[in-house]
Amino acid sequence: MRAKARLYPKEAARLLKERPGVRRAVTGATLHFERNRLRAYGEVDIEAWRARAKAVKDHVLSHLDRYLELAERKLRENGATVHWAETPEEAHRVLRDVVARHGVRRAVKAKSMLTEELGVNPLLESLGVEVYETDLGEYLIQLLGEPPSHIVGPAIHLSLEEIRRLFHDRFGTPLDASPEALAAVARRTLREAFLTAELGISGANFLVAETGTLALMENEGNIRLSTSLPKVHVAFVGIEKLLPRFQDLALFLPLTARAATGQRLATFVSLIQGPGEGGPEEVHVVFVDHGRTALLHDPEAWETLRCLRCGACLNACPVYRQTGGHPYGYVYSGPIGAVLDPGLLGLEEAYPLPYASTLCGACYEACPVKIPIPKLLLAWRRRAVEAGLSPRLEGAALKAFRKVMESPALYRLFSRALRGVPLGAQEILPLLKAWTGGRGPLKPSPKPFHQLWQELEGEWTPGNGS
Amino acid sequence: MRVALFITCLADQFYAEAGVAAVRLLRALGVEVDFPEGQTCCGQPAFNAGYWDEARPLARRTLEVFREAEYVVLPSGSCASMVRNHYPELLPGSREALELAEKTYELSQFLVRVLGVEKLGEGLRGRKVAYHHGCHALRELGVKEEPLLLLKNAGAELLPWEAAEECCGFGGLFSVKLPEVSLAMAERKGETLPEAEVLTSTDAGCLLHLSGVLARKGKGLRVAPLATLLWEAYAG
Ligand code: SF4
Repeated sequence: MRAKARLYPKEAARLLKERPGVRRAVTGATLHFERNRLRAYGEVDIEAWRARAKAVKDHVLSHLDRYLELAERKLRENGATVHWAETPEEAHRVLRDVVARHGVRRAVKAKSMLTEELGVNPLLESLGVEVYETDLGEYLIQLLGEPPSHIVGPAIHLSLEEIRRLFHDRFGTPLDASPEALAAVARRTLREAFLTAELGISGANFLVAETGTLALMENEGNIRLSTSLPKVHVAFVGIEKLLPRFQDLALFLPLTARAATGQRLATFVSLIQGPGEGGPEEVHVVFVDHGRTALLHDPEAWETLRCLRCGACLNACPVYRQTGGHPYGYVYSGPIGAVLDPGLLGLEEAYPLPYASTLCGACYEACPVKIPIPKLLLAWRRRAVEAGLSPRLEGAALKAFRKVMESPALYRLFSRALRGVPLGAQEILPLLKAWTGGRGPLKPSPKPFHQLWQELEGEWTPGNGS
Repeated sequence: MRVALFITCLADQFYAEAGVAAVRLLRALGVEVDFPEGQTCCGQPAFNAGYWDEARPLARRTLEVFREAEYVVLPSGSCASMVRNHYPELLPGSREALELAEKTYELSQFLVRVLGVEKLGEGLRGRKVAYHHGCHALRELGVKEEPLLLLKNAGAELLPWEAAEECCGFGGLFSVKLPEVSLAMAERKGETLPEAEVLTSTDAGCLLHLSGVLARKGKGLRVAPLATLLWEAYAG
C-alpha cells in the first residue's frame, strides 16, 4: 500500500468537516469495544497475563533467528512449503508462481493486515484473478474501494445507513433492510466464491515454532472456509508473529480475544499444521520481513514488534476515535500505527504520525503486551526534530520559548507584555491563532503568581500565630 | 516542614489563583512555604514536542532552583510528572534529577500521601463538582483517588461523568498542531459533562482548553483549578 501519512493533519481536519458521521460511528464502536475489554480484563489477573505475554514475546524476539529456523523445519515436516520474503516484491513472486501453476482465476481472502501492507489484492487483480474479501467488514470496504479503518473492525467507520445504501445500490436490497438480511446477502455471494475459488489467502495471528502450527482467530467462520476449501492455501506471516511453544497459545489466544473484543476466546480458532485430509492439497507459508529485521535492531523502537494487532490501543485512543483510521494514511492507524509506521516506512515518510497523540497514555494501559507507546512516540518525535523534519516555524518558536524561560528577567518581561497585548491581537500570531479559533482568546490572570507572591509573603509568617 | 512551590509557567500566567490557594492552604496546615526565585517553565512543551535540546536547559535550571528544597509541590499534575518521570530520562545519569524527582509532588498527592491529610474542612458542602482527570496526573503520576477523596470529604457531590478519565485534547502543542482533532475531543468531554456547578482538574492546560471550548458551546459553568477548590474546602 502506498503511504499517505504525511497528509495526516490535513486529512484529519477534512474528514471531521466533511464526514461527521465517521466520528459518531467510530466513537460508538470503539467505546463499545473498550467497555468489553475492561470487563474482560477485570475477570482475570490481567497484570500477570500482560507481564507473562510480554516476557514470552521478548524472549522470541531476542532469539528470533533460532525460532524461525525451528518453525521452518517443523512446517516442512508437516508438509507445508516455506518461503521467505524480504520485500513485497518477493512476496508477490510467490503468489505469481502459485497463480500460474494452478491456473488460479478466483481467490478468497481472510482478513489480514499484512496482505494490505504487501498490496496483495492489486497484485492479484493485475494477474486477472478475482479476489473476494470474506470477512464481512472487509467485504464491505472492498465494495466501496476503501482501505480498512481499524485493525480489527475494518468497516468501523461506516454507519448502518451507509451500509444499507451500499447494498441497495449493489444488490437491490430495501433501504430499511435489517443487518441480518444484509449479512445474508453477502453470505450468499461469498458462499459461491468459497466453493469455486482455487486459492485461499490468509494471514496468521500466531505461528508456533515448536510444532509449526498456524493459529487464526475469527468470529465469522470465513477464515476456516478460506483456508480449508480451496485446494491451495497461502498464509503470509510477519516474522514477529512467532510463539515458542504450543502451550503459549493457552495464554495468547484468550489474551488477544479479551484485548480485541472483550471475548474470552474468539468464536473460531483454526490451528493449521499443513496440508492434509479435508484441507487444501498445498499449504504455503510466506515469512515476511518488510522492514521488521531493521526494526528489531532499533534499540528504541523494537518493542513495537511485540504487537498482537488486537486493536485495543485504537479503541482506547481518544484521538483515533475522532477520525477512525483513514487520515493516518497507512495500513496501521491509531497509537500503534503512530509508532509502527515510522519503523516500517521510515520516519520521513511517516513524519507527522508520532504527533497524532496527546501522550495521554490510554493506549499503554490497554495494550496486552505492554508496548510503551507514549515513550516510543516521544522517541520518534525527538528523532524527527534531530532529522530536521519538523516545521521551521515550530522550531523557531520553541527556541524562542526556551530563551525566554531560561532567563527569569526575560520571563518577567514577557509576562508584562502578555498583559499588554489586547485580546483581539492574538489572532495575528500564527501559533496563537490556531489556539484561539474554537477556544476564544487566552485571558491571563490580572497579575501573574510570581507578582502576587510578594503580597502573600506579608500575609503570614511562621510563628505569628494566625 | 518546609515546602518549595513550583508554580510553572501556565499556572503562573493563567491560573495565578491556584498558586495563591496552594500557599494559603499549605500555610494553614502548618507548612512553611517558599517560592524559590528564578523558576519559570519545567520544559514540558519542548520535551513533548521532541525538542529535547531546548528542554534540557530548562530542566537544568529547575534542578538548580530547587536544589535545596525539602519537598517540591506543584498545583499541576503534568508538570509534576515531567519532573518526576521525565527529568531522569532527559538528563540520564544525573543524580540531581533523581533526587528532585523523588521529592516532587502534585498538591493533592502531597496532602494525602506526605501530610496524611484526608479532610480539609467542609467548605464544599452540597457543591456539585465534575472532576476531569488530567492524563499525566492519572496515568503517569497515579494520582486518582487523592483529589476525589479530598473533594468528597469536604462535602462536595462528585457527579458521575462517563468521560472523566478521557483526554480533553489539550496535549500542549497538540492543540495547535491538530486543532480540529483537539477541539473534537474537548467537545466530547463537553457533550458528556454532567450538570455540575464547577469543573475542576489539576492542570492549567486542560482547564484553559476546556473552559474555552465549553464557553463557546454555551456551557457557562465555573472552571476552577483543584488548588482553588481545596482552599475553599478548608476556608469555607
Ligand atoms: S500495540 Fe498493543 S494494544 Fe495496540 S494493537 Fe498492538 S498489541 Fe494491541
